[in-house]
Parts: sequence; structure tokens; C-alpha cells
Amino acid sequence: MTTYRKPVSNTWWLESKPYFFFVIREFTSLFVAGYCLFLLVFIAKAGDSQEAYATLILSLKSPISMVLHLISFTFILYHAITWFNLTPKIIVLHLGEERIPNALIAGAVYLSWGVVSLIISWLILGG
Amino acid sequence: MSKSNEPVLWLLFSAGGMISAMVFPMLLIITGVILPFELAGEVTFERIHNAVKNPVVKLVLFFVIALPFFHWAHRFRFTLIDIGLKPISFLISLLCYGGAITGTIVAAFILWRI
Amino acid sequence: MSESFELEIFRYCPEQDTEPFFKSYEVPFREDWVVLDAINYIKDEIDGTLSYRWSCRMGVCGSCGMMVNGEPKLTCSAFLKDYPSRKIRVEPLQGFPVERDLIFEMDDFMNKLTEVKPYLLRKEGEEKPLEEGEYLQSPAELAHYKQYTLCINCMLCYAACPIYALDSSFVGPAAIALAQRYNLDSRDQGRNQRQEVIASHKGIWECTFVGECSVVCPKDVDPAAAIQRAKVSSTLDWFKEMMIPRSKGK
Repeated sequence: MTTYRKPVSNTWWLESKPYFFFVIREFTSLFVAGYCLFLLVFIAKAGDSQEAYATLILSLKSPISMVLHLISFTFILYHAITWFNLTPKIIVLHLGEERIPNALIAGAVYLSWGVVSLIISWLILGG
Repeated sequence: MSKSNEPVLWLLFSAGGMISAMVFPMLLIITGVILPFELAGEVTFERIHNAVKNPVVKLVLFFVIALPFFHWAHRFRFTLIDIGLKPISFLISLLCYGGAITGTIVAAFILWRI
Repeated sequence: MSESFELEIFRYCPEQDTEPFFKSYEVPFREDWVVLDAINYIKDEIDGTLSYRWSCRMGVCGSCGMMVNGEPKLTCSAFLKDYPSRKIRVEPLQGFPVERDLIFEMDDFMNKLTEVKPYLLRKEGEEKPLEEGEYLQSPAELAHYKQYTLCINCMLCYAACPIYALDSSFVGPAAIALAQRYNLDSRDQGRNQRQEVIASHKGIWECTFVGECSVVCPKDVDPAAAIQRAKVSSTLDWFKEMMIPRSKGK
């Protein structure tokens, strides 16, 4: 019997909105890696001399740095939000028969995010 | 079908994903806007310098950088396979995890040296 | 003057054609009609050669799954009035070989359902003899796996999964959700036996959490969550086995 198999093209992810945003979500990992590299440069300069660090801070004022930061921030924020929203699917807790609502789990994760962000800024920037 | 050893890679991916989601947005705001434009007053070189030389901070920074590298490696590997590069999936795994391992070694080296 | 509705339907007749083609049909538009009603009208009144599967027409048997405008749907639950353009394209469920018209081969799916051992498994010597009565289970214990019992095997999740479309050796959402239904059942002790299939390279580790399977599921089974939870428990297993080589857990 000859069955028919519809061919799947490599641009399958351009054919629907959910697929497209899925691939975008996966590509945020590039910006995660990119920022890791930047952090290494920052740490290296910060551990070096005052001149080296000052030069770095100066370069952060450049348009290129601002554009890269903005693009990276957009993608990494998308990564963060999609990540936190999916957490309730993985963390399933029951209290007796009742399941803890997804919104509560997500809320707890977002709250932690806020707290962590505040701690980071306090540690780096000071009180 | 035998049981896979993917769990370790997935764990690294998950840890790196959680860390980058929790920590990177704030860091991006700090390095992108706050520090260069001094929006939080003057943050002295000494403060930052002493912070990154602190052994505990170094340990934390190591994980904050290494784990997201593995997050990228795992996620990027699957993405490349899904958009058509399945025939070279072994090469992709090599490049991705190899890249993450390299990044981790570089991070360790830099943190050790400062 | 009553309105009409156009259906562009995928046709494939292997005895006559080597290639599939689309055929357009015009049916009357009725407010309360679903796509299945339109297809039945076509079969009864216009073209008796059209072949397709359906049964309960009320969303519980899982037979009538098709792609409607590129989205996997149960045609008995997709209302004509939700398509204001008054024109839809109907194709067989994505990811499966097509036998004829809208009928696809389900063999791969049926094999996978069997592979995950979808029945209560007990350890050696822990079978309860019939005289001792039933295995008891509290409502709280039921709550842990009840969601995964709701699957009607409609395969919309397989049609929505791009990973399955690219590689049909992937065990797939419904089969893994079914495995979880038993893994999370307090009466079951067979999780380890299912792991050979579930925790293999073709099992949960193929999944990249696109999540579309759960979006299209007509019964809110949430197979995507079942898979991710299986990833967590398989990872914990992996470490347990590393620490204590002979400990195999449940």
C-alpha cells in the first residue's frame, strides 16, 4: 500500500506563530552565552587596574554597547519570562487532593526573581 | 532502547537556565545603564575590584557564568538539530558542549588570575 | 438567501493518483454546525468517495482529528461559525503517513502505547491475591495521576509536535503521558520497567518543551508537563543510581 508522507521543510518553524516564538525562545540562549562572555571581560577588567576598568566603563557608554545591551536584555528578558511561566508545569505540588494553583507557583518564582534582583543591585551598587 | 545519559546535560541546562533568568536581567541593567551612567551615584573601582577578588564572590561568579554556558550549549544543540542540521548532530554536540567546556575553563582561568 | 461555507479538502486515492490534491466543496452554512457536520454533508450529498474517521461526534472518542487551517482539531468540536472567512482547509493529521484522503496510519502510535506498558505492574511477590481484595487508594493519591487518565488517544498532540514531525521515532506526548499515568499511580510499581522506553534517547530527552501538545489537547491532559516531570524524576533516578548502584527505586 502506498502511503503518502507530507515532506517537512526546514522552515517548519516559520509556518505558525507558536512555532516561531518557540524558536525565538530557544535562540535567547545565544544571548545568554554572549552575556557570559561579556561578564568574563568585565570581571577581567575589574580585577585588573583602575585604568583598564575605567576604559571599560567608558566603552559601555558607546552606542554599540547600548544597542547590544538593549537587544540582549530583550532576548534574555523573554527567556526569563518564558522560563518562569513554565516552572509551574515542572513543579507540581499537592496539598491532599488539591493541587497548588499554577499562579501561586509562578507568583513565588517571580517574587524570588524580584528579591534576587534587589539583592544583586544592593551587593554591587551598595546601600 | 537503553537508558540515556542525557540527565546530566539536562540538569546543567536547567540550572544554567534558572540562574541566567534570575540574575542576568538585573546584571544587564547594571552593566548597560546604571554603571556607565552612574545612576546609582559613584560606584568606586575599589568596591568592584575588591568584590571580584573575594574568593566567595569568585566561586559564585564561576557558577553564574559556567552554568549558563551549559544552558546555551544544550539548548542551541537541539535548536540546530531541529532546524535541519540533524545529519551532523554529533558535530553539533561536540561544538556546543566543547564550547561550554572551553568557556568554563576560561572563566576558571580568569577568576583564578585576578 | 442562505450563506454557504467552502471546504478545501485534501484528497489522496492511491489506486488512481500518485500525488494528493485538494478538492473544494461548498456546503450550507449553519450556526450550529461543526466541521464534521460539513464533512458528513459532503459525503451524504456531494461526494460519497470522501473517506475519513469519526464516531461519537461529541469529543470523547478521539476519532475525528484533522488539520483545520493548519491546526490540529477534533472536527466534531470545531464550529463553522468560528471561521468568519467562511472557508477552511482540511487535511489529515500532520506527522502520520496518509492511507487515503483524511485517513492516516495509526500503527506507530498504537505500537508506542503498547511499548510503555500501560497497565498496573507489581514487583515480584507483591501481587495481591484476589481474595485479599482491592488495592486501596485515597482521593489524594488519585489526584496525583487523574489528569493523565483523561487522554482519548486522539493524536492531536502528535500532530502539533514539530519534533514528531521531524522524527517519528520520538515516543511522543500521549504515550509518555500514559506512562506517567501509571508511574504516578500509587498502586503501580513498574516505573523502572517503563524507564527503558521513557528515559531513552527517543523518549523524554527528544522533547524540547515546545508545549504545543498541551495547547491542542482537547482534554487538558497537559502531556508537556508530564514529560518535563518525567525529566525531573529521571534525573533524580540517574543520580540515585550513581550513588547507590544497586538501588533501583520503584
